[in-house]
Amino acid sequence: MSDIIQMTDVIKKFYTGTPNELTILKGISLTVREGEFVSIVGVSGSGKSTLMNIIGALDKPTSGEYILSGEDIKAMNDNKLSAVRNRRIGFIFQTFNLIPRTTALKNVELPMLYAGISKSRRVARAKELLELVEMADRMKHLPSELSGGQKQRVAIARAMANEPDILLADEPTGALDTETGRLVMNIFHRLNRENGKTVVLITHNPELAAETSRILTISDGLIINERVNKKYGIAAEEEKA
Amino acid sequence: MNLLENISLAIAGLRAGKMRALLTMLGIIIGIGAVIGIVTIGGALTGTITGSMQTLGVGNIIVSMQSRKDNVYLSREDKISDKMLAVMRQRFEGEIEAISITENGDSGVVRDGRREAKVSTVGANSDYPAANNLTLQQGRFISVVDNAKQKKVAVVSDKLVGDIFAKNENPLGREIKVYSGSAIKTYVIIGVYKYERSLMNVSVMGEGDTPTDMYVPLDLVRKERNIWPGYTYFTVTAKQGGDAKKLTQDIIDFFDRYYHNNVNYTVSAFSMESMIAQMSTIMNTVSIAISVIAAISLLVGGIGVMNIMLVSVTERTREIGTRKALGARNGAIRLQFIVESVIICLIGGVIGIVFGIILGNVGAALLGARAALSMPAVAIAVVFSSAIGIFFGYYPANKAARLDPIEALRYE
Ligand SMILES: Nc1ncnc2c1ncn2[C@@H]1O[C@H](COP(=O)(O)OP(=O)(O)OP(=O)(O)O)[C@@H](O)[C@H]1O
Ligand SMILES: [Mg+2]
Repeated sequence: MSDIIQMTDVIKKFYTGTPNELTILKGISLTVREGEFVSIVGVSGSGKSTLMNIIGALDKPTSGEYILSGEDIKAMNDNKLSAVRNRRIGFIFQTFNLIPRTTALKNVELPMLYAGISKSRRVARAKELLELVEMADRMKHLPSELSGGQKQRVAIARAMANEPDILLADEPTGALDTETGRLVMNIFHRLNRENGKTVVLITHNPELAAETSRILTISDGLIINERVNKKYGIAAEEEKA
Repeated sequence: MNLLENISLAIAGLRAGKMRALLTMLGIIIGIGAVIGIVTIGGALTGTITGSMQTLGVGNIIVSMQSRKDNVYLSREDKISDKMLAVMRQRFEGEIEAISITENGDSGVVRDGRREAKVSTVGANSDYPAANNLTLQQGRFISVVDNAKQKKVAVVSDKLVGDIFAKNENPLGREIKVYSGSAIKTYVIIGVYKYERSLMNVSVMGEGDTPTDMYVPLDLVRKERNIWPGYTYFTVTAKQGGDAKKLTQDIIDFFDRYYHNNVNYTVSAFSMESMIAQMSTIMNTVSIAISVIAAISLLVGGIGVMNIMLVSVTERTREIGTRKALGARNGAIRLQFIVESVIICLIGGVIGIVFGIILGNVGAALLGARAALSMPAVAIAVVFSSAIGIFFGYYPANKAARLDPIEALRYE
C-alpha cells in the first residue's frame, strides 16, 4: 500500500524571531500508509494537536518536509490548502465544532458545499452519511438539540462528506462518557475496516489506543516510542461479541 | 460557494438575534426612510406646483402697489389709473397678451330648491380667461360691454352646474340666486368653465365643500363695494414665447416714471416664473438639508452595521476556524459575511422604504398634495442599502476571511 503521509524532520516553532520563540515540534519524521489506524498518545502540551494541525494542512511546518498523498504542502498557497482540507482531510474535534443554528443535515452538507457539489447530490450524500452513523432520524435537528455523542456522530458524517483520504480525530471521545466514547470509537473502526479509511487518532485513553494498528508516543515535541499492535482487529472483534 | 445558502444562513442568524438586528438596522431605516419621505413629499409638491403653474400661467407678471414706509394711507391719487393701464397696454402692445384685474366679491351659497353649492364671487374683466388658463365649456366669458354696463351676469363652474341643475338642463340664460348673509343677489348665467383642482383651492374640508369661483363683471363688484377708481393690483400676461423677465423689468421702469416722485407708494412687479424659481430654491435647500441629515444617519447606520459585524466575526471565530478546517476558501468566508451585512442593510432599507412611503404620504396629505411613489427612488434606495452593506461589511468580512485557522479554532 502507498504512503499517505510522509513527514521528514518536521520542526514547528511559535513566535519565531522573537525573544519568546517556542519550539513545539523538534524534528518529527513519520510515515503513514493507506488504511492504517494510527493513534498518537502523550502528555498534555507535548505537541500532539500541533502535529495534527500540520498533518491536516491547517498549519505549515517551520522547517522539514511534509508530503500528503504525494503533494508538497509547504509549496501550497491558501486556496490550495483549502482544497486539500476540503477533499483529502476529514477533521473530527474534541468539542465537535458543529456550526450552530444549522441542522445536522446542513452541517454534513457543508464540506460538499465548499466543494461546489450540487444541492440534490449534497442532500442525497448527506442523508446516506447520517444513516451510516445512525443519525438519519435527527437530520433536521439543530446541534443544540443533540447530545454529545450524537453531535460527534454528525461530525464524523461531516468529516466523511467528500470521501477524504484520511480522517484526523483530535481526542474525539474526550468530551464523552465511556459508553458513548465506545460507540464513537466503533464507528472509526468500521470506517477503517469497511471503508478503508486511514485514521489518525489522538487520545489520552490507553484502552482506545490499544485497539489501533500503531501507537506513537510523543513527548516534548519528539516521537519517543512507536509500537505496532499485533492485536489490532482482534480487540474490535472481541468488542462485537 | 452557493449564494442562496449564504442568504438563508444569514437570515437564520438574524432570526436568532432579532432585537440586535433591528437596533443595528435603525440608522439605515431612519436614513432610507428620510430620503424616501423627502423624495415623495418633494415629488408631490413639485407635481402640484407644476400643475398650479399651468393654471396660473407661467408668463404671468403680478403688478402691485407697495408702500415705501409704514403707516401711510392710500389716497385716490396714488392708485394706478385706467389711463396708466391704457398707456401701458399701448406701449407694450407686442408683448402683452392680457391684463387681468380681479376684485373679490361676496362668498355665499347658490340655492335652488333643495340643491345648493358654495361659491366665491370674483369680479373679473374680459382678460381674465387668457391670464388664468380658464377653459370655457359653454357660453362666453364676461365681455367689455358686460363690464361697462355692470350687467348682472355670471360665469359659473361645471361643478356648480352639476350640483344645481339636472343632467340634461341647459344652464345658459338661467337665473341663479346667491345667498350671502341676509343679502340675495340674482345673476343670469352666460358661461360655464371647467373647474380645476389646484394647490390654491384645496381645503382641509375636502373637495365636496370647496367653494368654486363665480365670475361676475369687475365693475359690478367695484360698484357694490364702493371702490374708488383706480387699481392696486393686477396681473399682466406675457405673449406666448415672449420674454416675461424683460417685460417685468419694463413694467417696473414704466411705472417708475409715474411714481418716482411719490413719497408714499411705488409699484412693484414680479413674474410667476421667478416666484416659482424662488420656491423651488427653498425646496431644494430644505431637501439638501434633510438629505445631509439622512446621509449622516446612513453613515452612522453603516458604522453600526460594521460594528455589529465585527462583533459577529469575533463571536463566531471558532465557527470560522471550523469552516476553514472543512475546506472553506477565504473568499467563501468573506462572501458569507458580506452577504450577511448586505442582508441586514437590505432589510433595514426595505423597512426604511415602507416607513418613508408612509411618511411621504402623510406629509403630502398634510400639505394638500397628492403623493406619488417614486420607483427610481425606491430602486436607488435598494441599491444604496446594498452598497452600504458591501462597503461597511467588507472590512469585518475580510478580517474573518484572513483569520488564521489554527488561531480561530483555539479561540475561547
Ligand atoms: N498557536 C500557538 N501559539 C503559541 N503556542 C502554541 C500554539 N499552539 C500550541 N502552542 C503551544 O504548544 C504546546 C503544545 O500544544 P498542543 O496543543 O500541541 O499540545 P497537546 O499535546 O495537543 O496537548 P493536549 O493533550 O492538552 O491537547 C503548548 O505548550 C501550547 O501552549
Ligand atoms: Mg491537543
